[in-house]
Amino acid sequence: MLFDLFFKTRKPVEEDLPQTEGGCGSGSCGCKKKKEPAPVEPDGYDMKMGKTMNRRAAFRQLTAGLLAGAGMVQSCSITADKEKREEGQLKWEEYFKKNYRLMSDEEKSKTVERLERLYEINTGKTINVSTNGAVENVLYGYAFNISKCQGYMDCVNACVKENNQDRSSQMQYIRIHEMENGQLNFDDADDNYFHEVPAEGHFYLGTQCYHCENPPCVKVCPVGATWKEDDGIVVVDYDWCIGCRYCQAACPYDGRRFNWQTPEVPEEEVNHTQHYLGNRLRKKGVMEKCTFCIQRSRSGKNPACVEACPTGARIFGNILDPNSEIRWVLENKKVFRLKEDLGTEPKFWYYMD
Amino acid sequence: MQVFVQFIKDGFQSATKGNFTYHVWMGTLTALMLLGAFAFYIQLRDGLIVTGMSDKVSWGLYISNFTFLVGVAAAAVMLVLPTYILKDINLKQAVLIGEGLAVAALIMCLAFVTVDLGGPARAWHLIPKLGYFNWPNSMLAWDVIVLNGYLFINVTIPLYILFYHYQGKEPNKNIYLPGVLISVFWAVGIHMVTAFLYAGLPARPFWNSSLLGPRFLASAFSAGPALIILILSFIRRYTDYRIPNTTLRKLALVTTVAAQINLIMLISELFKEFYSPTHHSQSAVYLFFGLHGKSGLVPWIWSAISLNVIATGILTFHTLRNQFRWLALACGLLFVAIWIEKGMGLIVPGFIPGSWGDIVEYTPSLVEILVTIGIWAMGAFIFTLLVKVAIPIELGKVRYQR
Repeated sequence: MLFDLFFKTRKPVEEDLPQTEGGCGSGSCGCKKKKEPAPVEPDGYDMKMGKTMNRRAAFRQLTAGLLAGAGMVQSCSITADKEKREEGQLKWEEYFKKNYRLMSDEEKSKTVERLERLYEINTGKTINVSTNGAVENVLYGYAFNISKCQGYMDCVNACVKENNQDRSSQMQYIRIHEMENGQLNFDDADDNYFHEVPAEGHFYLGTQCYHCENPPCVKVCPVGATWKEDDGIVVVDYDWCIGCRYCQAACPYDGRRFNWQTPEVPEEEVNHTQHYLGNRLRKKGVMEKCTFCIQRSRSGKNPACVEACPTGARIFGNILDPNSEIRWVLENKKVFRLKEDLGTEPKFWYYMD
Repeated sequence: MQVFVQFIKDGFQSATKGNFTYHVWMGTLTALMLLGAFAFYIQLRDGLIVTGMSDKVSWGLYISNFTFLVGVAAAAVMLVLPTYILKDINLKQAVLIGEGLAVAALIMCLAFVTVDLGGPARAWHLIPKLGYFNWPNSMLAWDVIVLNGYLFINVTIPLYILFYHYQGKEPNKNIYLPGVLISVFWAVGIHMVTAFLYAGLPARPFWNSSLLGPRFLASAFSAGPALIILILSFIRRYTDYRIPNTTLRKLALVTTVAAQINLIMLISELFKEFYSPTHHSQSAVYLFFGLHGKSGLVPWIWSAISLNVIATGILTFHTLRNQFRWLALACGLLFVAIWIEKGMGLIVPGFIPGSWGDIVEYTPSLVEILVTIGIWAMGAFIFTLLVKVAIPIELGKVRYQR
């Protein structure tokens, strides 16, 4: 038994990983979590940022360094060696960088440069990491129409792809709860359904991070690695988080996800348009969450879930703009929020037609 | 300075010399620590996925043990207060042992928090100035301060006293008494702050109770002295260190009263949860009776309560408490009961059911258990060393030779 357990804890071999989320088509067929193994290139494994080196690679690097230092190697490819050294140097600098909020604009652009270069060294591909700040007079809000949602889960799949979420643990920010008509009771709801939707006599309600105005998760973080931006988006600095998971305990809405292992995203599926506080690739042992697709919303686009929803159940926008759709919903519909008694002031409303 | 070097050398001498049993004991602890270190290596390599924790139950065995050990550390004050301030001679011999226990318990606490981190390499982010210290907002930041401060106090005071006794001098009261006075308040502080860490989360109704802080103190002041009684009984049996019966009796009285208060608080919590159960009582229902067919914690909590009631019963009757065999039995039972009560009976059910009513159970994995055993072994190792050095000095066997 002892042996078994140790074996189980071993890192899975490359063939087993990663699996992709089979996106189900919109329309009448809506099934959840259809898995199919996708062909994976070997570099899909090595592409992620904070990759852990296996023992052999570490040994190779070490011995290569020793040999090179002793002047014994001449045939060794100079460029590869140079890249290794550059990578080491970049990682070293990354390790000692500051909390994002304390960085000057120059420091921000430097770390972005390092991250982009590291990705290039590891995969040969380029990414674009934005550090766009909040726009003035913008406060984002979200509304969810319970009458319209049919439980297709297209939002969930779009979210996973847009935000480079770990495929091996099937991490999802959004949960769709299937509820029986006649009650709004989460205890009896099914958020793991696997059948044709919409199911007779049921309705669907989605939850995710509510980007509270008074976020309990932000307050408890001992290192200030999570905070509320000026446009109301609650973000995480993935390189500053120490992984204590206090925020996860403090969130009343199950809005946060932890990287229990090194996240895996096959290179060909990586979304290269990234934001420092958004969908850039994470490492193991850090917290992450919905950011209202900060890389999209700050460029004037809707979050991926809003765009993917085939029923129009999801409304997103600037609640400070009197002409926005979200304002129209808040003013003309009977809206409500969940667990309001906790005083968290979510910026996520529900309504019915 | 030269005296101090000799002090360290002599201390090292007494720590490394011992009979066969001593070496077997230390060897076993070392082996367990190595096993724990290996398990921790696996956890570092693969991530916290190798533990039983998940997004639903995101704290487990590590944080449970941390919480319990903060209580053990705080309990040292129960010895310090009467001795130094009320000038109660009976407990004087026990004080250094209590402070040694506090040091060992605190180091274990810090170790448990560290192994629970997703990125222990980034722990420097917690250092004020160098990192970003979210104080006074985060209760965890408070906890970092109070635990390290308490560790500092409990290392320096005994060190000072031992160093003076080593030279055959009497330590200056004006120097150490202020420290002792602070440590008394500080001990209450570490446990209250640790309780606030949980009680401050409205997201977890099971913890969000104003009784949590006082209950932590009551359970700590029964489990801590219970452990000290066991250790003192052991020491006076196997060493020349004289610990009078009255010392153990006084400690037993402290343990008894605290255990009784703890039971009263348990009853008041049970009444509140079950007389008119609300949605917020779901965790308690799960803990005590199981919910929707899931009942992983039910055996734990009922064994804890049975042990607790039996131990408190034994302690309550003077005739039983005054017989050292019964006393030792009661202390052992109580220690185990409170360990369960604060871990599997408090931290884990706080997460079950989850935010949206889902019930995901938690069982510690083998890696988690081995790391935990390793840290306990480390604590026992440190404590043994401290006691092994302190006793000969206190007995006057080890003195500075000019």
